[in-house]
Amino acid sequence: MTIRLHVWGERACFTRPEMKSERVSYDVMTPSAARGILEAIHWKPAIRWHVDRIHVLKPVRFQSIRRNEVGAKASAANARSAMARGTTEGLGLVVDENRQQRASLVLIDVAYVVEAHFTMTDRAGPEDGAAKHISMFNRRAAQGQCFHRPCLGVREFAAEFALVPEGAPLPPSELPDDKRDADFGWMLHDIDFAHGNEARFFRAQMRNGVIDVPPFASEQVVG
Amino acid sequence: MSTPVTNRHEFVLYFDVTNGNPNGDPDAGNMPRLDPETNLGLVTDVALKRKVRNYVSIASDNRIYMSEGSTLNLLHKEAWTAVMPPVAKADDYKKLPKEEAKARELTAWMCSNFWDVRTFGAVMSTGVNAGQVRGPVQFSFAKSVEPILPLEISITRMAATTEKDAEEKGGRTMGRKHIVPYGLYRVHGYVSAPLASHPVKGTGFSEDDLELLWQALGSMFDHDRSAARGEMASRKLIVFRHQSALGNAQAQSLFERVRTLRAYQGVAYEIGSEPYYASTDNWPPARLWEDYRVSVDRDNLPPGIEIIER
Repeated sequence: MTIRLHVWGERACFTRPEMKSERVSYDVMTPSAARGILEAIHWKPAIRWHVDRIHVLKPVRFQSIRRNEVGAKASAANARSAMARGTTEGLGLVVDENRQQRASLVLIDVAYVVEAHFTMTDRAGPEDGAAKHISMFNRRAAQGQCFHRPCLGVREFAAEFALVPEGAPLPPSELPDDKRDADFGWMLHDIDFAHGNEARFFRAQMRNGVIDVPPFASEQVVG
Repeated sequence: MSTPVTNRHEFVLYFDVTNGNPNGDPDAGNMPRLDPETNLGLVTDVALKRKVRNYVSIASDNRIYMSEGSTLNLLHKEAWTAVMPPVAKADDYKKLPKEEAKARELTAWMCSNFWDVRTFGAVMSTGVNAGQVRGPVQFSFAKSVEPILPLEISITRMAATTEKDAEEKGGRTMGRKHIVPYGLYRVHGYVSAPLASHPVKGTGFSEDDLELLWQALGSMFDHDRSAARGEMASRKLIVFRHQSALGNAQAQSLFERVRTLRAYQGVAYEIGSEPYYASTDNWPPARLWEDYRVSVDRDNLPPGIEIIER
């Protein structure tokens, strides 16, 4: 039971893990980001989404954006001591003193079709039928409902989405003929949350505009 | 505290700038940001969030976590003295479920005490996994409705900074200002209700907070005057309120109902439409809010959608 979701947006940033401080996006959407979009529409601990295929509908184009960002994270230790004191006195983070200017190389004008299915996890109860979850997802995606607004890699780049109903043709691809086959090299597949949040990678190859994503547990996925 | 928000929202905000720089680009010597392919002006999401935070901190009693000014180090010392005794165990925080509950408590406390944490979220991790808070409110980049023309204005100053300058340049120095003569910008935003009211993931972002957010979007430029900004003003806020938490219509279909028209001598064409391109050749450039019209299509609204204009 495969679902197909058409997602698109003006910008996207699927950050390469090796280039995080000055963010550089992968050329295409990662399976991990695609899973996040599906989970934004429908997810329960009872199910796990698996991305099977990613169709790339538009040529890959980059643009650089430099922004002032904050170079610190909120300190949990400070928050704890403030809780103990019962006052928020001095918990703020001073942005002017924690400035970092960072450039991001982001994708512009992207559109994909994500093909995915889900499996039941061991947290599924007797009330969790696959049919129930599939129809919930389809109903939400068709009506534009979502748990939270899905995004294309980072939250400032919101994703628009539409369900591609069963049997309906895929949205037309704008990839030129000489760009339909590409080797994107090693790309993040997903994070292995069961084993210490390790990143795992796969060889992303596009054939005729489609990237086949190997199953997370297969031998083609290395960590 | 009123109740957490249980309706999904999308909003469109129009704001304009006259003879000012709405958002400088550090990569381009602080020129107004441009999309190099279309020459449309940009204002980043973070620039707008900064203004919202600043407005909320002066217009209400809410505290803001990501603040400007004040010193951190003193407070760090304070925190250290308060935390030092029990912390001989940096690694203890990482995996115990007990601590996870503690972390959740911590997150909840931060949310209830800081307006911007419960609105936009925050990353709280300094070796202690207090997790991340995803806030319900999400902004995208603001984009001008037509290409903008950044101008570089040279200015002079009748004083010099150093004695050397004073001798060499006769006591005068030159500077530069970048301005946009006029630009109307449009930004889209989202409020994801479950992230406000969900029992586990919700930040407790309430209806009062939402009202404050709308207020901030309307008035944030009135309290952000500076030499660089010129005249900026929020012009129109159109909010789509869904009846349910998950939403009753596709966001893009709602955004498409809001159209920007360019008006000249009583004629208005939708920007980006064919007749618009064909007829604007001999029009003077837009220099006023009155040169634009915003139309909101209210026909055949999907059931459960309410349009609020402010």
